Amino acid sequence: MNALYSLVFVFILVLIPLFAVGAGHMEFGFGVCIPYTAFALFLIGFVWKIIGWAKSPVPFRIPTTGGQQLSYDPELFKQNKLDNPSNGFQTVVRMILEIFAFRSLFRNTSASLHETKGGPVVAYASAKWLWLFAILFHYSFFIIALRHLRLFLEPIPFFVKGLDFMDGILQIGAPVMYQSDVLIVAGLLFLLLRRLVDAKIRYISLVTDYFPLFLILGVALSGIWMRYYAKVDVVAIKELTMGLVTFNPHVPAGIDVSFFVHVFLVSTLMVYFPLSKLMHMPGVFLSPTRNMPNDNRFHHHVNPWNPDIKPLSYEAYEKDFGPAMAEAGLPLDNPENAKAPEEA
Amino acid sequence: MHYGGKIILGIVIFVGLLLSPFAYNAMTVKANYKQPELKLPANEKKCIESLEFMRTKHMQLLNEWRDWALRDGKRVYVNHEGKEFTISLQNTCMKCHNNKAEFCDKCHNDAGVSPYCWDCHIQPEGLK
Repeated sequence: MNALYSLVFVFILVLIPLFAVGAGHMEFGFGVCIPYTAFALFLIGFVWKIIGWAKSPVPFRIPTTGGQQLSYDPELFKQNKLDNPSNGFQTVVRMILEIFAFRSLFRNTSASLHETKGGPVVAYASAKWLWLFAILFHYSFFIIALRHLRLFLEPIPFFVKGLDFMDGILQIGAPVMYQSDVLIVAGLLFLLLRRLVDAKIRYISLVTDYFPLFLILGVALSGIWMRYYAKVDVVAIKELTMGLVTFNPHVPAGIDVSFFVHVFLVSTLMVYFPLSKLMHMPGVFLSPTRNMPNDNRFHHHVNPWNPDIKPLSYEAYEKDFGPAMAEAGLPLDNPENAKAPEEA
Repeated sequence: MHYGGKIILGIVIFVGLLLSPFAYNAMTVKANYKQPELKLPANEKKCIESLEFMRTKHMQLLNEWRDWALRDGKRVYVNHEGKEFTISLQNTCMKCHNNKAEFCDKCHNDAGVSPYCWDCHIQPEGLK
């Protein structure tokens, strides 16, 4: 049901611009006002969320990481420097591998139950499919986003041209097929089917899990539709997008309605992004189990929000409370303290 | 805010990257950006198909033409009005659109497209 709700909601999101632009001719609203608003909300929401995280208390170093920590005898117990870093450099390497190679997904395992003659046996095996399709999806999305810069920059910088060339290097069809287009759909379909097919994952999947998948699938499919099927007028669209980035917004004639569907879905994604689980994009940088070295054994960590309390020795204590202690009959180390301090 | 410096640095980099196209265009685009004006042939008013069709689907047409001419040996194209044309980039298209720089390249440069027509075909005269 959660998947169905999400799908229906994305259908509605497609129908809104289809009718508003197709029948209502609200090109300016859907081509200029909504994208500007969505971009502004995206930036504000994104920064707002991170500032909120930054203000929350930072936990003490969490040493429960997979791998041997730096031990008292590194010869006998060899340190696992990537999984249990003890200094800043090793931590940076761990973060880079996490962000660029999705290392913790690579260690995904799946449990399965096997019936044997001796009774049921649980088996755990490495499961790399999630990692593979997640990495295909994320890198494709990243390349597609960068490739879109050809519509937002004039003259087009060399790296966008190079990316465009490499992505279409198979030279299939005209306009040439982008590999990233195929791979992002493959990745999204796997991530979606994983939630639908596996009963255990289906049980824990919410609308907020399906909706981003359907929404991004809608963005990808509407883009594919524009490029390969509707064959929209790219040069007219560049005039619109360049108008947006040079603050000279206007809508040239001859832009197909599928463009407005694509832009509306992307605008929805931008507004939804800071409110959703998609914030794992900045969040991965702030993962407390990943971004701190495990150096509790040799660094004294003082909780940074502790009040500044000065140590008080017993001598000083007895000096402060000497007369009262003497009055109560308590023994004093220094009998001098029993006398009341002279009035100044 | 603990580790506030690093986090704010990260935010500044991210927001800066997202806003960089605005700065880039402010430096490079002088007047308001307009889509390129094409130099149309002087002695011919009608292309083989309508303006709308040619604007958006010329690449599809050229791709089909290549397949028909070189793989199927079919050299005659009948357009939507029933008129016949010889399937040939160099003898039909370039008879009128004889200047690549003033015609093809104008839009292709702005759209960041580099078709591989000229891997095999000889470029129009005067251009190398």
